Amino acid sequence: MSMEISSLTPGVLVDTPAARVAVQPAAGRLSLRARKAALPALGAALGVSLPTRIGQRAAGGGIEAICLGPDEWTILTPADAVAGLLAAGAGVDHPHSLVDISARELTLRIQGPRAADLLTLACPRDIDTIPVGEGRRTVFDGATVVLWRDGENSFRMDIWNSFAPHLARLMGIGARELAAEPA
Amino acid sequence: MLLIHCPYCDETLPEAEFTYAGEAHVIRPPDPSALSDDDWQGFLFIRSNTRGPHYERWRHFHGCGRFFNAVRDTVSDRFLTTYPAGQPRPALETLTAASEDRK
Ligand SMILES: [Zn+2]
Repeated sequence: MSMEISSLTPGVLVDTPAARVAVQPAAGRLSLRARKAALPALGAALGVSLPTRIGQRAAGGGIEAICLGPDEWTILTPADAVAGLLAAGAGVDHPHSLVDISARELTLRIQGPRAADLLTLACPRDIDTIPVGEGRRTVFDGATVVLWRDGENSFRMDIWNSFAPHLARLMGIGARELAAEPA
Repeated sequence: MLLIHCPYCDETLPEAEFTYAGEAHVIRPPDPSALSDDDWQGFLFIRSNTRGPHYERWRHFHGCGRFFNAVRDTVSDRFLTTYPAGQPRPALETLTAASEDRK
């Protein structure tokens, strides 16, 4: 069996009446680790007020932040803003780590009338426990992913590159299966 | 599938997001070279293998990433409680009483 293992390029992977899955254009991604005391200063430097409850998101000035753990955040930015944010973070006088992880992951956009159903294919978590406007790190068929819920049936999924071809293929099968179900 | 409450995320989530990490409250000796071979072996390898409520570590691997502690009954698989790492071991009587209340 021939398998496509090269990295995915931006574009639509599958488009059925049930769901549409597309690889998003490359984005800037930063991983931030810091203690609570450093948050006000870091937020001011990065231009976004960092949320403190796990799963909460914040957006501002073209960047988005999500709280993934008690001391961990992921920040999404336009690719050309990464260097500026790293420099801004370096000026903060609190111990922290701010690392460019742009090359580590890609993002799928999953939307359509049955997008939430499609995610139940390989995610053991109850998708309905993720409120619209929040996100969670969870697992999808064995791979750790970050799921952003932008709407009732609109999601983004951040996936480490090495898992992406497998999950993309799975999404394709799932979207076609859901579309083939008798109404 | 077990449902496990992560004390950091404050959500009850499927076991598939978690990994088991052995017995809890095993304290590493501050000066290992002062120990006899038997005592060092005891620290490294010997665990209580409890039948009943077991104090154990879990990690919310596909989530917040944190290690935490839990008390799980090894017979029924029922979780009596979970609590952040570093907190003292909760007394068993309080847990079983609370667990009876929930029945
Ligand atoms: Zn957690």
